[in-house]
Amino acid sequence: MSFSISDIPVDPTALRADLLHEASGAYVSFEGWVRNHNEGQAVEALEYSAYKPLAEKEGHRIIAEAIERFGIESAACVHRIGPLSIGDIAVWVGVSSPHRGAAFDACRYIIDETKARVPIWKREHYQSGKTEWVNCHTEIKT
Amino acid sequence: MPDSGRELLTMKFSIEYFALLKDQRGCSSETLETDAATPRDLYVQLAEQYAFSLPPESLKVAVNEEFADWNHSLNAGDTVVFIPPVAGG
Repeated sequence: MSFSISDIPVDPTALRADLLHEASGAYVSFEGWVRNHNEGQAVEALEYSAYKPLAEKEGHRIIAEAIERFGIESAACVHRIGPLSIGDIAVWVGVSSPHRGAAFDACRYIIDETKARVPIWKREHYQSGKTEWVNCHTEIKT
Repeated sequence: MPDSGRELLTMKFSIEYFALLKDQRGCSSETLETDAATPRDLYVQLAEQYAFSLPPESLKVAVNEEFADWNHSLNAGDTVVFIPPVAGG
């Protein structure tokens, strides 16, 4: 099991190989890709940054929770940092398990918890020329 | 009489900034000597000085590479990180 923050492109084939296990009859993976729009704005590129020591610690906890909770064989997650282009893999999750149900559930758990808990930030660069840290707008109440 | 009888203790902390806070502070880390006793005190001081737009309710805080409570008692030499709303995935 592993969770890592990476500044180089994700290689799903190599990552998948690390999860092969004779006791596993199922493998589920998730790839999060950089898409060209968000909340009605055209996105040209984006960048991720992370507080790496705590991100990897919290990520490891999430993977350990998934193994404990769903009884899967193994799981891994890699999240990119640095500048990314449309179509790049931003995050990859892979799970191997004796049976498929637990693999699907654990994969969903890991990506959902990663998005909610791991200190990683995304700055989007819009076609308009503006940039913004996602989720960091300050609401102005009227 | 200022601070009648109250001793103002100051301590040195390292602070690291990420994402929007890094932009608003204009640097990624600094060492600071202050009388802040908790992360909450420290954020209030910094937010006032650098006009941080994020309210403390929207942030989490980490001390020495682990999540901490806003009222955690800081020790000299601690590394403090204020964590803006995350957006991984």
